[in-house]
Amino acid sequence: MKVTILQFPGTNCEYDTQHAFKELGATTEILWHKSQSIPSDTDLLVVAGGFSYGDYLRSGAIAKFSPVMKAVTTYANAGGKVLGICNGFQVLTEAGLLPGALKRNDGLHFISKHHHLKVINNDNVFLKELACGDLVNIPIAHHDGNYFIDSDGLKDLKQNNQILLTYTDENGEIKNPNGSVESIAGVCNKNKNVFGLMPHPERAMEALLGSSDGIKMLQGFFSA
Amino acid sequence: MIKATVNISLKAGVLDSQGKAVHHALDSLHFKGVSDVRVGKQIVLKLDETDKTKAMAEVRKMCEELLANTVIEDYDIELS
Repeated sequence: MKVTILQFPGTNCEYDTQHAFKELGATTEILWHKSQSIPSDTDLLVVAGGFSYGDYLRSGAIAKFSPVMKAVTTYANAGGKVLGICNGFQVLTEAGLLPGALKRNDGLHFISKHHHLKVINNDNVFLKELACGDLVNIPIAHHDGNYFIDSDGLKDLKQNNQILLTYTDENGEIKNPNGSVESIAGVCNKNKNVFGLMPHPERAMEALLGSSDGIKMLQGFFSA
Repeated sequence: MIKATVNISLKAGVLDSQGKAVHHALDSLHFKGVSDVRVGKQIVLKLDETDKTKAMAEVRKMCEELLANTVIEDYDIELS
């Protein structure tokens, strides 16, 4: 299992992500955004979290024109598996690889805390180790995590089982920290090979540090 | 030289939480009679182009590709 992790100027979760996947037994490579190609042995491409280009203009808006993004689009369109975490999710929506957009949190504050999430659909490689309705406790850390999609887009997401996770409380009841449409925390594309979520599973790998629920999520990619 | 002023704001129907917060603040300062506040951003471009029609087409393309995210934002272009 080879995981390639993208690094833009301003990315800051690439080493956490690398550590998480190494712990699970993957070989990893951090790929600078100037690269024109993706290593051919890549099994999973991760767009890591952070603040690419300082979030200038809009989160993810400038990163989508980085040289590597053409290769990312080709890779994704050929069925390659792509996971965008936090800023990575924002980059993938800006690039048009995932539907919707991420707006400023409704409360206008940067939110950084553990949050419960409910698995909505698991008929995909990412969440197949979990059952629908399962709860995970995963850190969120974002300013622009307010997921927006119009009503037609939302209908599509539901029809194709593209909603991955929603924000809930510890009992699985809807609890929306940022104003996201239907409390959505993560989605995938129609073909179910491109995944995006605002929470950080790579920060939930050690029970000692608050939660190890990220392991079950990231492990899904290993048995693909 | 043409100056292009691009105003970008959230689409009608997309909740503008910054606008709402500003509206609330104006209200607490007793500025009454404000029925709505929208917060957006303005981008000013100096273009080498001298033909306004061409300039407009070019700036519109810039908006579609980069300056605005048309999933959530509208843009408005003024040339001078």
